Amino acid sequence: MAVVTSPAHRIGNAIAIVSVILATVIFLAPIYWIASTAFKPRALATSVPPTVFFTPEVTPFIKLFTKRVQLKQAPSPEVYAAAPWWERKIYDGGERVLKVGDAPQLSQYPNRFANSLIVAVLSTILAVGMGTFTAYGFSRFRIAGEQDLLFFILSTRMLPPIVVAIPMFLMYRAFDLNDTHIGLIILYTAFNLSFSVWLMKGFMDEIPKEYEEAALVDGYTRMQAFFKIVLPEATTGIAATAVFCFITAWNEYAFALIMTNRRAQTAPPFIPSQIGSGLPEWTVIAAGTFLFLLPVAIFTFLLRSHLLRGVTFGAIRK
Amino acid sequence: MAVLAKLDSGSRAAGRGWSDLTIRNLFILPTIAFLIVFNIFPLIYSLGFSFTEYRASLNRPAVFVGLRNYRELLSDPGVWANFTITAQYVIVSVGGQMIVGFGLALLLNRQFPLKGLVTTLLLLPMMLSPAVVGLFWKLLYDPSWGPMNYALGLGKFEWLTHPTNALFAVAITDIWMWAPFVMLLSLAGLSAVPKHLYEAAAIDRAGWWYTFRRITLPLVAPLLLIALIFRTMEAFKAFDLPFIMSTASVETVAIRLYQMAFQGWDTGRASALAYIVLLVVLAITNLYVKYLNRVKER
Repeated sequence: MAVVTSPAHRIGNAIAIVSVILATVIFLAPIYWIASTAFKPRALATSVPPTVFFTPEVTPFIKLFTKRVQLKQAPSPEVYAAAPWWERKIYDGGERVLKVGDAPQLSQYPNRFANSLIVAVLSTILAVGMGTFTAYGFSRFRIAGEQDLLFFILSTRMLPPIVVAIPMFLMYRAFDLNDTHIGLIILYTAFNLSFSVWLMKGFMDEIPKEYEEAALVDGYTRMQAFFKIVLPEATTGIAATAVFCFITAWNEYAFALIMTNRRAQTAPPFIPSQIGSGLPEWTVIAAGTFLFLLPVAIFTFLLRSHLLRGVTFGAIRK
Repeated sequence: MAVLAKLDSGSRAAGRGWSDLTIRNLFILPTIAFLIVFNIFPLIYSLGFSFTEYRASLNRPAVFVGLRNYRELLSDPGVWANFTITAQYVIVSVGGQMIVGFGLALLLNRQFPLKGLVTTLLLLPMMLSPAVVGLFWKLLYDPSWGPMNYALGLGKFEWLTHPTNALFAVAITDIWMWAPFVMLLSLAGLSAVPKHLYEAAAIDRAGWWYTFRRITLPLVAPLLLIALIFRTMEAFKAFDLPFIMSTASVETVAIRLYQMAFQGWDTGRASALAYIVLLVVLAITNLYVKYLNRVKER
């Protein structure tokens, strides 16, 4: 931290702060643009110059979740009046919502979103669960070749997904696991496990050994000490690790692209694939992108004090 | 560890419940086994394929061809071109990230209102899904209506459709995503520089450049090096961004690997290329862990 004393210093400081504001605006502009497109009327999405101020609407989100077809003729006034507000929005755009009985047919988006959620949550639970035990083992017990084992664990995380995907694809084909949730969950668990071990080891190392030792002296078994003393102390660490693992699995693209195509396809390969087909509706794609990015943005704020630790595998803590 | 040793030697506490040895094995072995089954075993499997002529799309057994795949890959100018493009991408993108990231950290390294909020907002890009980031940057770069050309007053400038611009366009997106990572590590380094060093430099009337070169840089260098190694490795593996934004003109090694394995179904040769990539990645990982441990010990 520079010590601000002279006028020259103060001017330098002011220039730096103005630059910070500018940089923040520039960095956030792409995110603002995609988020705002999700609320734009269709005609404004690709306007030149780009529209910055407009009356936001939720039509893109209604479209995102429903299957629609072009209207051949306008609906009769009675039908229009009887329709719920969201359906009227679709009529207004010259389309109608496809239905099974009275329920609207859903688009593929909610399904892909749900797949992402299932795969990310279950793989996170597995990776953090196993990782917590293993990290405790590495933190507290003497292990022959500990450094080599830890390096081995981390190196599995560094492997490029495509390199692992080639043999995994063949193995999954043999076991009929391609395009299944369980197949993707196994891959993401393996991918996150090494991260979880390293990060949790950092957290475990910070819990004083004396806590368990006191418990052992008091007559606890080591297992009791682990579950009753260590785990409660490690709650913050477990939560932070889980959020990191969730985000990694949620964001993953290459494995999902190769291993899934329909039943178990997650959002990251699905969202970009919408562009190739026909005339893309940018506002709808933006709405899908916005909903997909929103949880990560919220988690980033919750994680803010652990980000440094997370991106360095627990090695740098401050 | 002293207590552990005491407990192991048949004391009363050690006699209760499972022994420490059992617990240690129970806690560690499942993870090791899981990683061996789902990472190491597949890699041994594909090492086997790398010495064969095999197409996963055909129902024909693999034919052993020895080192032919490796020999042909290393003498294939197309593959060398992929490595060259990857190297250019690494240099432009990681270079940009280091400069922008460290620059941002220098700017942020002072007291001002809402500093925490601003820092978190700047870190947002690196947390987002590269596939989705690639998608919306593709829209930003659209030559006819993309906001990028309008904001920069570039008219109908072709970002992704032009063969030489594409590499820079994808690298700019990568810089946007990952400069915050360098910033985060640099900030940690900067905040660890003892204040009294700056005070002493101010008393000596040392200039800004001198202070920066002699105090700031040497103390931040270890963390910058970690950021550099890690980002180099990640950029070397680049797949998501270039694949989504521009398949044809920014064909990195990872994209070539994907095409060879899952579009050309040349499984044997793709396995061999995968092994070449694997060796490079393991070498960089080794370097990374070495410097990581060095910083940890400080």
